[in-house]
Amino acid sequence: MYSEEVLKKLYADMILVRLSEESLVEPILSGDVKCPVHLYSGQEAVAAGIGAVLNEKDSAFGTHRSHGHYLVKGGSVKEMIAEIHGKSTGCSKGRGGSMHLYAPDKGFLGAAPIVAGTISLAVGAGMASSIRKDGTVAVSFFGDGAVGEGVLYESLNLAALRKLPVIFVCENNLYSTHLHISEIRPNDEIYKIAEPFGITSFRVDGNDVLEVYEAAEKAVEQCRNNNGPVFIETLTYRMRGHVGPDDNIQGTHTDIRPAAEVEDWRQKDPIERLKKYLLENGVADVEELDLIEREIQQEINEAYVFTNDSQLPPKSELEKYVFSK
Amino acid sequence: MPKMNMIQAINLALHEEMEKDETVLVMGQDVGVNGGVFRATEGLSVKFGKERAIDTPLAESGIIGSAIGMAIAGLKPVAEIQFSGFSYLTLGQLEGNAARMRTRSRGQFTCPLVMRMPYGGGVRALEHHSESKETYWAHTAGLKVVIPSSPRNARALLTAAIRDPDPVIFMEPKHSYRAFKEEVPEKKETMEIGKAEIVREGSDLTLVSWGAMFHLTKKVVDQIQSERKVSIELIDLLTISPMDSATINASVRKTGRCVIVQEAQKTLGPASEIIARINDEVLMYLEAPVKRVSGYDVVMPYFGREKMYLPTMERIRRAIEETLEF
Ligand SMILES: Cc1ncc(C[n+]2csc(CCOP(=O)(O)OP(=O)(O)O)c2C)c(N)n1
Ligand SMILES: [Mg+2]
Repeated sequence: MYSEEVLKKLYADMILVRLSEESLVEPILSGDVKCPVHLYSGQEAVAAGIGAVLNEKDSAFGTHRSHGHYLVKGGSVKEMIAEIHGKSTGCSKGRGGSMHLYAPDKGFLGAAPIVAGTISLAVGAGMASSIRKDGTVAVSFFGDGAVGEGVLYESLNLAALRKLPVIFVCENNLYSTHLHISEIRPNDEIYKIAEPFGITSFRVDGNDVLEVYEAAEKAVEQCRNNNGPVFIETLTYRMRGHVGPDDNIQGTHTDIRPAAEVEDWRQKDPIERLKKYLLENGVADVEELDLIEREIQQEINEAYVFTNDSQLPPKSELEKYVFSK
Repeated sequence: MPKMNMIQAINLALHEEMEKDETVLVMGQDVGVNGGVFRATEGLSVKFGKERAIDTPLAESGIIGSAIGMAIAGLKPVAEIQFSGFSYLTLGQLEGNAARMRTRSRGQFTCPLVMRMPYGGGVRALEHHSESKETYWAHTAGLKVVIPSSPRNARALLTAAIRDPDPVIFMEPKHSYRAFKEEVPEKKETMEIGKAEIVREGSDLTLVSWGAMFHLTKKVVDQIQSERKVSIELIDLLTISPMDSATINASVRKTGRCVIVQEAQKTLGPASEIIARINDEVLMYLEAPVKRVSGYDVVMPYFGREKMYLPTMERIRRAIEETLEF
């Protein structure tokens, strides 16, 4: 059975991610946020379930769609919202934006927009852990689209060869940009790509946070016991467009997903599912869950006040951070 | 003559060349059914089928690597990379195979492929989504690098690029994709790759630019010329490599003054090479040092500060005035 503490943390983490994602819809539409922003709504169970088994010393690496990964790893919501608005108080000092989130003191060692671009970095972090024998685990989050990139296979090979403590988490949301997985892969069983390397691999329901959590627990345990890497494919779905709230690229509505499919997945909303579980099992009552939600909403509101009070990076610092000096 | 924007003009060139030559095909992420993120390949899959408008997995190195193989095998692939920042993953293939194919095979093989990609800033993206790294490609012998500036020359140059027997890196200034429309002749039109265009003749100063910067530069020139009597020769470089220094140097020899405006970062941008070639051949005709207006040697900033990176009208104007008054 899951402890009450874990269950409530999973719930709160998913709410935090969902509410902060949805809070961005308005600023994106109004133009306050101008850069490409890839929302994570719908996939919260993956980040929350994996995040719950990690500690600050463990590292995690993300993608272009990484607000959720950053937040569950302990990244500050204030600094994330400020970052997305390009403010100097953001987690990357307003220089990185939505796709370049970092929280080094929490072990979130970076998101980057190059698809598959951070997978090998997680392997490097796993290598560092194994050389130092410090018992930490490195997690690499990536999408189904990233499975087309060659560097994934190079990374799997190296991690398996050196038995590195790396958890590869593929978030299969069935689409990469506007292509359905059936158009870019001969089969849709992504987890099987790791098998020839001798890597423990399995597929879970990525909209069931408890299933993700259990898989993650097993995976970290295997890694911490030096039994080599694990590959977890999580089946999930994004409820928003590829980029921005409704995929409006260059003024054309381009979300090609069938409405019935979207609706189908809406029925599998990970937050609603956990909520039902908590209520049915008497872990929490409605008031308590509402309170959690209100407190988180309050935190997000404060993040916007903080962001509005913050400045853009000073003009004088354009050339700062290119080199150490 | 129909008026169209650059995306429509590119789309037209693709339609025309695919119609004319059945070995021409397009490939890349989302280019088929969806018509490309910027819609440059719209309608091609309907008209020419999925065999010639090929949706590929996310795999830049693999896309370009297989395009090279297809080119050697007799096809003419036009591969799209979604943003130029993702093309760095193809460098190994282009530099290791495509660029060297003709030399290595002593002319027995050529590699007639085009890699098309949007590049450049001004669209409030950042880093990989906004950079101008034409130098990466121009620094490799065996690759041609072409940058159109308008709908009309985009159509003509893309047509030429597709017909070119050698690999062409075709960089499209995404800021200009929908910025303005222009008349594009109904009759097919091509332009010679490797030739700069004197867009306006003048006698007091030579101004060289390309891509999205060309328009900004032209605006400044219009402004200055409406205020004072000065005659500026405006050159659109169009091909970065092989570089048409003959046209530039003949102009500088006539005017004695030159300003170059580039969006690329300063160090080793194309302007450096233009200046070096002026130095090689027409130094003695100069009345003033050649000035360049460019980006900075930094990572392309996030949207709030993008403008600080990009050349502005003020910076261009100052460079022109200082050079005229030197
Ligand atoms: C190397 C590279 N190629 C292309 C892109 C453009 N791009 C951004 S996200 C994306 C789709 C990624 O799909 P997936 O990995 O499934 O992640 P999802 O968006 O579904 O979360 C593409 C093609 C990129 N950012 N990097
Ligand atoms: Mg996906």
